Amino acid sequence: MISSNLSAIFYLVSGILFILALRGLSSPDTSRQGNYFGIAGMIIAIVVTFLSIGNFSISLTYVIIFLVIGGAIGAFIAFRIPMTAMPELVAGFHSLVGLAAVFVAIAAFLNPESFNLGNIGDIKLASLIEMSIGAAVGAITFSGSIIAFLKLRGIMSGAPITFSGQHILNLLLGISIFVLIFYLCKTQSSNIFWTVISISFLVGVLLIIPIGGADMPVVISMLNSYSGWAAAGIGFTLENTALIITGALVGSSGAILSYIMCNAMNRSFISVILGGFGAEGSVDDTKQKKDQKPVKSGNAEDAAFLMKNASSVIIVPGYGMAVAQAQHALREMVDKLKKNDIKVTYAIHPVAGRMPGHMNVLLAEANVPYDEVFELEDINNDFANSDVAFVIGANDVTNPVAKTDPKSPIFGMPVLDVEKCKSVLFVKRSLSPGYAGIDNELFYKDNTLMLFADAKKMTEDIVKNLD
Amino acid sequence: MEIDPFIFRLSIFILSIFIGYYVVWSVTPSLHTPLMSVTNAISSVIIVGAIIAALAGVSESVFTISSIFGFIAIVLAAINIFGGFLVTQRMLQMYKKKKDKKK
Repeated sequence: MISSNLSAIFYLVSGILFILALRGLSSPDTSRQGNYFGIAGMIIAIVVTFLSIGNFSISLTYVIIFLVIGGAIGAFIAFRIPMTAMPELVAGFHSLVGLAAVFVAIAAFLNPESFNLGNIGDIKLASLIEMSIGAAVGAITFSGSIIAFLKLRGIMSGAPITFSGQHILNLLLGISIFVLIFYLCKTQSSNIFWTVISISFLVGVLLIIPIGGADMPVVISMLNSYSGWAAAGIGFTLENTALIITGALVGSSGAILSYIMCNAMNRSFISVILGGFGAEGSVDDTKQKKDQKPVKSGNAEDAAFLMKNASSVIIVPGYGMAVAQAQHALREMVDKLKKNDIKVTYAIHPVAGRMPGHMNVLLAEANVPYDEVFELEDINNDFANSDVAFVIGANDVTNPVAKTDPKSPIFGMPVLDVEKCKSVLFVKRSLSPGYAGIDNELFYKDNTLMLFADAKKMTEDIVKNLD
Repeated sequence: MEIDPFIFRLSIFILSIFIGYYVVWSVTPSLHTPLMSVTNAISSVIIVGAIIAALAGVSESVFTISSIFGFIAIVLAAINIFGGFLVTQRMLQMYKKKKDKKK
């Protein structure tokens, strides 16, 4: 049994260790150490909780059993999950944090004595507000993340689902949550508490269904942020510093990532959240153009020839590479090119893939050294001095229309200046437009060679032809 | 007049948001995916609340309605803690520098 003052200090220590864990991620060299800080912080928080409750009865045995069960499931998932499935894994994990927050809030509501929050039907006002906000945000995080998970996993179509009056409905539901929390504080009625949680589950679903697949980087970051705010809400209820600090850190981290992702698409956060992007648009227009304009297409042999005679190649990976699991074949190709003294670098657009940093992880998995991988602003000037750009699975992020046509939906979005390369190799399964539903001018340029195939298959063929 | 302890917690909260803001901006973009998985793991410190709930109703019985919610929350949070830290570790192991290859 330790005093509550002492345990508060330990919780502070664990909060600081969590800050150091995030700080470590400023460079890959320090990141592993950072992760250990995070683990240490977690162990301290859990052990201190046991000690401060000081209850070593049979209950504790059960707690440890459940802890081990959850831990074993988590460890199993962590070791088995393929790196390409990282976005859905993170979405799934967010949903668990959200649900855990809801359950802790429910437990506190049903048994406020054990949390020192007053008695049933007479819970302290501040605590009641905090726990209902925590529960509401947690519920939104849970159901929203489930939808994001289903979309990323492909169980649910990635296409936006919209219906008329959607935004008004969301707004009304959002307002009703606040009104109900107000009445909850007046009446302490458990029925209202359950209603708040149910409506929040509904809001989570409604918030995410109108958002399309390629906006997922924003959605995941946003849900990341929500899970933090939910934890902070519960932290206030429990008067626990570690939870408050962590919740604030995670909340702001997710918010910053959402901001970075929105910037990278030149879209406002509001417009992403309102959703529906890419649902309709200029698809008909695209079909007409396709018939009119000639496209040069080639095979693996042509591609191998072009690259062999180049002195520098820039690789532009996108979501298609992840889908085709082409990263290992790609790395093999690059190894061969390097043997021929060709300089190879990778250019990554911030929203390539389905979550922030998605491409970097896949390339790291394929043993690509991280100092060969560059972000958009660091490499964009190099395209003009390079011989070949090898675009694999990316589309909208290379579209020059974003710089030239103010009417285009993606106008103003920062794009990779792929067209400035002497020649462009574009691996794609068909001429179909990307997520934004617009045609890519790059397909029709004279210096573009289209390679119509599955990304992995094509890369493997190129490897064979490089010998 | 005495200051409400809530204000202290609010101060910690606001200051932590600022710390988070500056720390996260310094995270290199190539590590954004590990950032998400590690923030996910640390936000599962909510397990603290779950443990308190689970250890509550002792005198009568181990499993009350409230403690059952606590036990389920422990499982959920534990999945996240182990899963989150381990998968982050797995990812970070993969980030390697270029090895000096002599040609």
